[in-house]
Amino acid sequence: MTPTATRPDGALDGGAVGAPVVRSEGLTKRFRNGQVAVDGIDLEVPRGAVYGFLGPNGSGKTTTIRMLLGLVQATAGRAWLLGEPMPDGGARVLPRVGALVEGPAFQPYLSGRANLERLDAVDASAPRRTSARRIGDALERVGLAAAARKPYRQYSLGMKQRLGLAAALLRPRELLVLDEPTNGLDPQGTREVRHLVRELAGEGATILVSSHLLSEIDQVCTHVGVMRQGRLLVQGPRDALGTADAAQVVVTTEPGSLAQARETFARLGLEETAVDGEVVAARLGAVALADVAPALVAAGVPVLGLEIRRPTLEDLFVELTGQGFDVSG
Amino acid sequence: MSRGEALETGPATVAPAAAATTPAAAAREDAEVRATRGAFGRLLRSELRLVLGRRRTQLLVLLLALVPVLVGTIVRATVDSAFSGQGPGFIERVSGNGLFLVVTALFLCLPLLLPLGVSIAAADAVAGEASAGTLRYLLVVPVGRGRLLAAKAIAALTLVVVAIALVTAAALVTGWVYFGYGDLDLLSGQSVSAAAGFARMLGVAGYVALSLTGLLAVGLFFSTLTEVPIGVIAATVVVSILSNVLDSLPQVEAIHPFLLSHHWFDFAEFLRAEVSWSLLGQGLLVQLAWVAVFGSLAWARFTTADITS
Ligand SMILES: Nc1ncnc2c1ncn2[C@@H]1O[C@H](COP(=O)(O)OP(=O)(O)O)[C@@H](O)[C@H]1O
Ligand SMILES: [Mg+2]
Repeated sequence: MTPTATRPDGALDGGAVGAPVVRSEGLTKRFRNGQVAVDGIDLEVPRGAVYGFLGPNGSGKTTTIRMLLGLVQATAGRAWLLGEPMPDGGARVLPRVGALVEGPAFQPYLSGRANLERLDAVDASAPRRTSARRIGDALERVGLAAAARKPYRQYSLGMKQRLGLAAALLRPRELLVLDEPTNGLDPQGTREVRHLVRELAGEGATILVSSHLLSEIDQVCTHVGVMRQGRLLVQGPRDALGTADAAQVVVTTEPGSLAQARETFARLGLEETAVDGEVVAARLGAVALADVAPALVAAGVPVLGLEIRRPTLEDLFVELTGQGFDVSG
Repeated sequence: MSRGEALETGPATVAPAAAATTPAAAAREDAEVRATRGAFGRLLRSELRLVLGRRRTQLLVLLLALVPVLVGTIVRATVDSAFSGQGPGFIERVSGNGLFLVVTALFLCLPLLLPLGVSIAAADAVAGEASAGTLRYLLVVPVGRGRLLAAKAIAALTLVVVAIALVTAAALVTGWVYFGYGDLDLLSGQSVSAAAGFARMLGVAGYVALSLTGLLAVGLFFSTLTEVPIGVIAATVVVSILSNVLDSLPQVEAIHPFLLSHHWFDFAEFLRAEVSWSLLGQGLLVQLAWVAVFGSLAWARFTTADITS
């Protein structure tokens, strides 16, 4: 079969515009011990998205990613990467996919560079001529150039994670699948990973990034999918999920003006008004934010501070499940 | 098309499927097949570098090569004592002709040390990679599972061959230094020239290496079942011991010809005036059968296994 073939369903290969980069239908994994780790999920990651794949520990993120990459066979359902069915299309599609799965893993006695050389040598479709340059670039990009010759076992956790990212960047990728890329990193490392994700997205790659720490991902993703106990509770554009009318407006004023601020809010049509110490908070709802401050001033309320609070993914999750973001069995 | 076949990079272009039958497309497919071969060579070289470059492995092979040095030194030191000529196998002939150190060393290593080495090579190949977590990264590179297994099997076999070659070389050097070479007295009483004797010793080493391929296949199959390398080592060593035990029980004589280790010591054929090639051939055939069965099992298991490590 040549790379120019059409898909069995008649659709064109690979990069058809608008086709989701990652898609699954009823994807399910039941392990041999009976555990249903992933329970019929329908993923859809649009081209160019930074898709935050969220869920507590044990909710099935890694198992899903393993199925997408062809490491684990699905018990039921189907999956496609870049338009190719997985796992059958793996040889064609995986060269265009960079992946970090459940933490980095390398040969401990080889240097960082030798480990990357090994991965590149295994790649039947990687141009050998450019190997050294690509490896150098990848190491450079994750800030490991200086430690490239050290044995992997001497790396710190953060350096190991970086080498994992470098491996994912050995070739130009259309899709990056990053499973908990910030695990074990300090705040500085976490920021760097976020920066890298933004940069890669800026270059046009689609990114599926999983995390059990909602706050780490909240800031970078354009789309989110939330897992719980093997099910995909919700997915979609980030902004559509944390709906605008769930935002809260919070005004700080003098103790004597609290009641007045509250009345003003009521008059504007804000709901769920609550007084807490020196602040009055209310749900913004359909009211335009621009109208709030003038109304307060007009009512003679001294505005010492005005703040808008959008619901975090954490709030969203609690709202969806009525439960906290805890480990699920 | 196999999973690991070389592919053009970059976004695929669209063309009628019939294009595959044009001469140009056929030529390109040829080029792809060639690229795949080159790619397999690259994969294999990288695998060999990993396997032969591992410190632990090098140390083990070195220790194995010390066996003939140790035995030669002991024989040399006791040549004039009451112990002279005592001991297992061909040891009583060593002081007369250094060439005999090769058979003596292999005879001593064959029951346990070489099977242990084979087990370690097999355990490292797949289970070791799984326990380190590196297997998942190799597979998503991507590399076809069948190709990877083939490369790993070849690399493990190479390691076994290298180990036996080094034991043989160490025996030849030690034997020559301590005792010199002479005409080789055969078991049947005749003797052949030192040069012919040397060649026969190489035959012994080659036969021993091939005799271990069946056990290697068994070990590789075990290696695909688990991510615990030490379990693979234990299980494979147990298989080889069990095979020797069964081979020594007359009650189960019926199965003796099929046992992994039944023909292991037939290397002594090389020390007869008329080498029974049919007997050696039988031994190799038994190995081939074990390789076919357990190689297939390993392949079937590895190409479908869930990689959850
Ligand atoms: N190999 C396995 N055998 C049995 N159960 C497993 C296996 N791997 C994972 N699980 C179970 O599947 C569930 C999902 O795990 P995982 O996909 O790793 O979750 P996450 O990545 O979201 O933390 C967990 O309950 C876990 O215990
Ligand atoms: Mg996980």
